[in-house]
Amino acid sequence: MTPRPAEAGASVSTGPDARGHFGLFGGRYVAETLMPALIELEAAFTRAWQDPAFHQELESLARDYVGRPTPLYRGRRLGEALGGLRVFLKREDLCHTGAHKINNALGQALLARRMGKRRLIAETGAGQHGVATATVAALLGFACEVFMGAEDTARQALNVVRMRLLGARVTPVEAGSRTLKDAMNEALRDWTTHLATTHYLIGTVAGPHPYPWLVRELQAVIGREARAQLLQVEGRLPDLLVACVGGGSNALGLFHPFLGDPGVRMVAAEAGGRGLQPGAHAASLSAGQAGVLHGSRTLLLQDADGQILPTHSIAPGLDYPGVGPELSALVAGGRVQVERATDEESLAAFQQLASTEGILPALESAHALAVLARLAPRLAPDTLVLLNLSGRGDKDVPLVADTLGLGAGPP
Amino acid sequence: MRRLGQTFTALRERGERALVAYLTAGDPDLRASEELVLAAAEAGADVIELGVPFSDPVADGPVIQQACQRALAAGTTLRGVLRLVEAVRKHSPVPLVLFGYYNPFYAFGLRALATAAGQAGVDGLLVVDLPPEELAEMKAESEPAGLDTILLVAPTTTPDRLRWIVREASGFLYLVAVTGVTGARPDLAYAVDERIREIRRLTALPICVGFGIATAQQAVEAGRMADGVVVGSALVQLVEAHRGAPAPVQALIRDLKGALSGR
Repeated sequence: MTPRPAEAGASVSTGPDARGHFGLFGGRYVAETLMPALIELEAAFTRAWQDPAFHQELESLARDYVGRPTPLYRGRRLGEALGGLRVFLKREDLCHTGAHKINNALGQALLARRMGKRRLIAETGAGQHGVATATVAALLGFACEVFMGAEDTARQALNVVRMRLLGARVTPVEAGSRTLKDAMNEALRDWTTHLATTHYLIGTVAGPHPYPWLVRELQAVIGREARAQLLQVEGRLPDLLVACVGGGSNALGLFHPFLGDPGVRMVAAEAGGRGLQPGAHAASLSAGQAGVLHGSRTLLLQDADGQILPTHSIAPGLDYPGVGPELSALVAGGRVQVERATDEESLAAFQQLASTEGILPALESAHALAVLARLAPRLAPDTLVLLNLSGRGDKDVPLVADTLGLGAGPP
Repeated sequence: MRRLGQTFTALRERGERALVAYLTAGDPDLRASEELVLAAAEAGADVIELGVPFSDPVADGPVIQQACQRALAAGTTLRGVLRLVEAVRKHSPVPLVLFGYYNPFYAFGLRALATAAGQAGVDGLLVVDLPPEELAEMKAESEPAGLDTILLVAPTTTPDRLRWIVREASGFLYLVAVTGVTGARPDLAYAVDERIREIRRLTALPICVGFGIATAQQAVEAGRMADGVVVGSALVQLVEAHRGAPAPVQALIRDLKGALSGR
């Protein structure tokens, strides 16, 4: 038997249990062909996570290559604009490649090397995870193929070029809704076909066990750093954590090390898209029903017959009908609250951060900012807020310019 | 004995291999499916797997993915598939297995599904994304309703897991011939015969080989040591090419069944 994940070095753990369940959610719902590979991956990660040499290599590259620890920055002008809040931004946007995704990609690539794999595959929505995977593939000498919905390759063209420059093959996926969900379907099919040589580098805390656990452990560095940094500058824990949720890796990475702190309120910002009607948003935590997709039981946007619904968000990284199973469990248990931000609110928050702090956030992270702006009038002055600025907005500039009619779009 | 067990026993006595024919229910629509299923049975299919369409069929190649899309576009639901089974049952005793993904079954309600499927005349369930680890919840409802639990054995399945699968399965075992998705090219490197010998040491359950089998010659080779072969994508392609007309499907089934009967 492999040791239970809780024994494998998690600081504060809410699971999963030995079979990968977080209460009602999680598990391993995959075809038999994949099961042995998941069991092998779980054993390999358990061993690596207990091995000081693995942590040493991961931390050394996180420091020298990724640029960790990322700064904790107090956005004074933003805080004033929001009515006198003390807002601290965890600057994951300053990671190499421009988002928190590299924390997970680097850890999984080091693991894949230990497992003797030669090829990395990944799904990507906004392209940030694809870029992170292509980057670590180049760094460590893997072949790399990234699956990306055809709609996303069009709206995040800059990231497609970046991946290709890094030596990755980018495969547009024309099936289904041509977004992140379909990219994940195709990556799973590719993995099923090339198990011996290939590691599937899932980009979020979703998928079959052990991925939700493994990715959370690799992303919890965000919350661990931020907790220590905030205690140092403010001498106390935050009142409120805010992070955007697509699959949930940056949110869980921030939240997880605070789960044992009962006074810390946690809010997940979901994609409210164009409105509440089915197909117009990607708010699986607040509007989803329990179901099984991509290997785990979680909250899903689905119709009464169990067919997965199309989703919409201006932020491709949030445009996904499911969410990590641990977040479903935390929301069902009341520990994490959910708020929605619409496309329009997120665009406004994008502009607000640009004009108050000189930072262009990713449209995904702008959802967290928009939710904070919505909550602000109900928060006491001096409320201490820690917000995960999970990525930078360079990739979104053409889309935002187009939407706002600023011109200077792509030629 | 249940219908699947009787069918395989009778085939063994006659020295024949079973032809298991897969068709996506509702492709191109449910009315055409009913005609196709009856035509397939009439042409010699011994067991029919009815694919329950799902929006995200991750274990399927492009042919069955597109069939699912067509079926969903035609408004096919699991409830509709059960009505199809009822209609087929009025005319044919051919064993019917629902082949699908867990989410539509789960959304229907596992107890409601077991009851409705049993009453409609379904003989077994094959849920692709339900490995033995997650099986108990469904099996607790489907077994008492008289439904067999068909499980997959993959090229990657370890000896430990094989023993587990054999304990949990009933009806027949579905031996996946390739490390890949449905419709893939047959993997010649995989020793199907050797795997069948390994399984026979553990169980008397019938073994059917599938994934990537499209022609009579492939069926004979893959089925040499097996109790049957499953043909799916090749039939679905004919359904697509001829817009649901039964004659080409029947022709391929006769060809395959002839080869498997040693005729």
